[in-house]
Order: sequence, then C-alpha cells, then structure tokens
Amino acid sequence: MSEKSKMASRHMVAQALMELAREDETIVVVTSDARGSAAITKFFDTFPERAIEVGIAEQSAVGIAAGLALCGKKVFVLGPACFYSARAFEQVKNDVAYTGANVKIIGVSGGVSYGPLGSTHHALHDIAAFRAIPNMDVILPSDANQAYAVVKHIVNRERPAYIRIGRNPIPFVYDQPSFEIAKGYVLRNGSDVTIIACGEVVWHALKACEILSKEGVEATLIDMPSIKPIDEEIIIKSARKTGKVVTVEEHSVHGGLGEAVSAVLGNNFPVPVEIIAIPDEFPVTGRQEEVFSHYGLDSVGIATRVQAFLRRLSHGR
Amino acid sequence: MEQTKMLKKKAVQIRKMVLEMIYRAKSGHTGGSLSCVEILLSLFYGVMQIDPKNPKLPDRDRFIMSKGHSVESYYAVLADLGFFPVSDLESYCQFGSYLTGHPTTKVPGVEVNTGALGHGLAVGVGMAIAAKIESAGYKVYVLMGDGELDEGSVWEAAQIAAHYRLDNLIGIVDRNRLQISGDTEQILKLENLEQKWTAFGWHVIHVDGHDIERLIDTFKGLPVERGKPHLIIAHTIKGKGVSFIENNKDWHHKVPNDEELRMAMMELDERLKELDAHE
Repeated sequence: MSEKSKMASRHMVAQALMELAREDETIVVVTSDARGSAAITKFFDTFPERAIEVGIAEQSAVGIAAGLALCGKKVFVLGPACFYSARAFEQVKNDVAYTGANVKIIGVSGGVSYGPLGSTHHALHDIAAFRAIPNMDVILPSDANQAYAVVKHIVNRERPAYIRIGRNPIPFVYDQPSFEIAKGYVLRNGSDVTIIACGEVVWHALKACEILSKEGVEATLIDMPSIKPIDEEIIIKSARKTGKVVTVEEHSVHGGLGEAVSAVLGNNFPVPVEIIAIPDEFPVTGRQEEVFSHYGLDSVGIATRVQAFLRRLSHGR
Repeated sequence: MEQTKMLKKKAVQIRKMVLEMIYRAKSGHTGGSLSCVEILLSLFYGVMQIDPKNPKLPDRDRFIMSKGHSVESYYAVLADLGFFPVSDLESYCQFGSYLTGHPTTKVPGVEVNTGALGHGLAVGVGMAIAAKIESAGYKVYVLMGDGELDEGSVWEAAQIAAHYRLDNLIGIVDRNRLQISGDTEQILKLENLEQKWTAFGWHVIHVDGHDIERLIDTFKGLPVERGKPHLIIAHTIKGKGVSFIENNKDWHHKVPNDEELRMAMMELDERLKELDAHE
C-alpha cells in the first residue's frame, strides 16, 4: 500500500485481457479510436484478428459487440466512459442488456479523469444510468490490482457488465489482485462510523481514516467495487455495529453508490447516511485531484465531512 | 416454379394471419408488416440455411428484423416454419405473452431484441465479423425500414461494414416510401438512396420487393461483388395486399375494426381463389 508506486488501472485491465486472449480464442475487443486511452495498442498488435476498430462510433461499437457476442464471442468494449454511458446508452440497454448479449463495457477515463476537458468528457452519471438497466453488473475497481482481478472474474460471468476505471496513475489499495462479484472488502475496522467507498476515491477514504484516527475517530472502511449486485450483508452488518454510514464516490450525488447503500439500509436497517459525491452541478474544471479537493473527495475533505456528520448526529440533528 | 406458387399462396395466408393478430391484440403495425411479407418468405423459405427444430445451429444464416415493429409478419413466418406453435400467435401482445409487440430472443428464431430503429445493422456487422473471424460460411441478413434510414447509426454501421469488406452481410431496405407521418421524401428526403449506399462502399441492387422469384434469385446470386456488403433496395407497397390499406400512411399502426377486417379477409380470400384457379 505504498503511496509512491502508482499505476493506472487501464494498464492492468489490458494485461488481464492479453492473458485471457492467449488462453481463450473467443475473447474479442472492440474500440472506437480509443486504443491508446484504453491501453490496448499491444492487444491490437498481438491479436489483430480479434481487435475490432470501428472508428469514432460508440453506438456501432456496442451494437457490433452485441452481434459478436451473439455469435459466441466474449466481447470487451473499451472506450471513454463518458461516451459509452451516454451516446451508446440505447445500444447498451437494448442490444446488450435486453437481448442478454455477453458484452462487458470497460468505461475508461471515468468520473473526472478528464477533469480539465469539461463536462462533455466527465462520466459522473454512469453508475446511475447503468444501475437502472436490468441484467447489468456495475463495477468500479479501486486500484489497478483490483481492476485486473475484476476482468479475470467477470469473464466467467455470462452476462453484461459495465466496469468503470480512471485514466490517471493511482496508488495501490491492494497488494494482491482479488475480486468477487457482490462482495465488499473491509479495509479497516472501527466502531465509530462506517465509510463505504468505491473506485478511485477508496484510497483517499483510507487516508481519511488515518486522519480521523489521529482525531480519535475509529472508522470501518468498506471498499464496494461491486455496486450492482451490491453486498447487502456487509452493509447491514457494519451499520448494526456503528449506527451511521458515510459513502464516498466519484459520481453525482444522484443514483450512485450513496443511493444504492441508502436503499439497502432504508429497506433493512435504517441509520443516518451521509453521501459524499459530486453535487448536482456541472463541476468546476481542473485536474482530477483539484476537483476532488474542491468537492471534498480527497482525504482531508472526507475526514472533515465525516467529523461534521458525527457532530451533527451528536447534537441530535 | 412449384415453390413460387406455394410461396405466393403463403404470402396471402401470412397476410391473413397478420391482420388477425393485429385485430385480436388491438395493437400492431399493419402497413409495414404487410409490405415485407415476400421479403421474409423468400429468405426464410427460399434462401437461408436454418433449422426450425434447431434454432441455435452454429452455422445457421442470421436474420435481424431491424424494423422491429413489423413483427407480426415475422412471427407469422416463424410460426409457420415451426419455430413455435402457430396457436401461440393468439397470445400476441397479450399480458405476459412471450410474443411482444417487438421481437425478442424469447421467441425461438429471433436473434436479437429490436424495436428501437437504427440498431440492427451494427449488430449484423458484429455477426458478419464473427463469421469472418471463424471463417464460417453463414450470411447475415438485416431488414431495415426506409424511414429507419433517418437514423444516423445506420450510416455509421454502413461505413464500418464497407471498411471490413463484409460480403457476407446483406442489408435489405423495405422501400415502401411511407413512414408514420407520411411520404419519406417529404419527412426527410432519402433519395438518392442508391448513390448514398454506393458512396458508402456497398453494392446496391434494386428489386421488386413483392416478386418472390426475383427476390430468391437475387439473394441466391450474392455476393455479386467480393469484398463488399450488399444492399437490396426492395421496392414495396406499404399495406400490400389489401386495397384500402395500400399506400395509406394512416395504416402505419391502425387496427382494423370488424368491418375492415371482414373486407380485408374477403379480398385476401379472393386472391387465394385466383391463385388456385391458375394452378
């Protein structure tokens, strides 16, 4: 868990795909002029007949992926999360999910990875969008190791999935690759508050726990890469222990991890929930870490919000 | 010749089934379903390598009903072939039926869920690429409406198909010249369709979309040009087979009332008698 060694998840996703393709001839990747962003140039060079370039045409990329899958291929579509969760949304809904085609959409450069480029290039609605489609898994790995494990795991699930990763090098949360669908991972145990996070803010949440600990607050931290299906049991169990839950995500406050966790708790064991996410606005532009800092998604911001939440609760509000 | 005679009669019978389905369900897309009957019969009876008893045969030819709203004639043809019992057509659009108002893979023989326009060609491109990867011999047929060509996604897929030299992909346009609001050329000018598809790298063939013999010959003669996807512009009449439904935009999704159904059936029965008399 060294802060010094960093890696962008896309490189480990690409490595996992290379390994899979060597063993399994049915693996095919499709991209829309995004082989660089998706780090799959080497895949194109190694398996040219199983690497389909469609040009800047995300709708067709998904439709074509569905056609390939319906003919027995295990298809991974890779390209910017912002375009696959918006422009190609109807193809994902109908051609992939409704038909039940075994296509995995890897949305790269998700969230505010492309911070300075503006909201056309942000994907802060993707969890909400894909969660609302039946028959879709929605997964946000928290580091490159987990991203690798996600690809190796979901290839054996014969159903559609959306996996969002970022663009930039990020610190490792895990030393070893490990992932199972519908499983949350306890990174830290504490009895004062439960923090549930997903994706690239998990590392920041981990650092926030260290700050909180110095301030006398011991938090349980759960990494929840699998947002749909979600690990209900671990959420309820932890809420029973701490009585209050904070969620952290690089996504709109609407329809993401926070609302998914709130629904589980509301239906099973209601406790106060604080959702830390991007507010309902087109965000300020800046590098990812600047945007995180602005909206309190970095370690200091998360610790500050958790403390404020705890104070509010202790004052009975 | 025997096959053509049989299919000509079958075309009338399928039209009767279509109208009965729509009348019973009080829902459906009459005009476009009637315009593509001969196209479907030619492909499913005269051209495609398929086995209704084994609908998932790996090397089967693929058909995609991209104009998913023309589902009634599609279901009627699949049922007639034995993909599922003809009696199930009575449940068309009824609560809980697997025979929904647009095709889904719950229906044996259906390859992909359609209904949103402009999706089928890209899926067909994916299937045709899969066949190329496997060096498999199957062909992929995608039936589109002419109004559907308004969708930009069609042209994306057309461009990609030509880039990948998919001569195992056959697009068919049911060129009945009407969409829901009226004349295709007045809603959004499509012509010159041949020049457009040719410019996109396709080999284009015009055919009378109600001439079963010509349709079968055309399909069997493909590919005409190696390394190119082929587009068949099938010139048809929307509502074909029932005089008061033909070429009338109002019948895009109009449901016949008792009297209209009676008149339509009378006309179709007359046609059957004529065909019998010619034998």
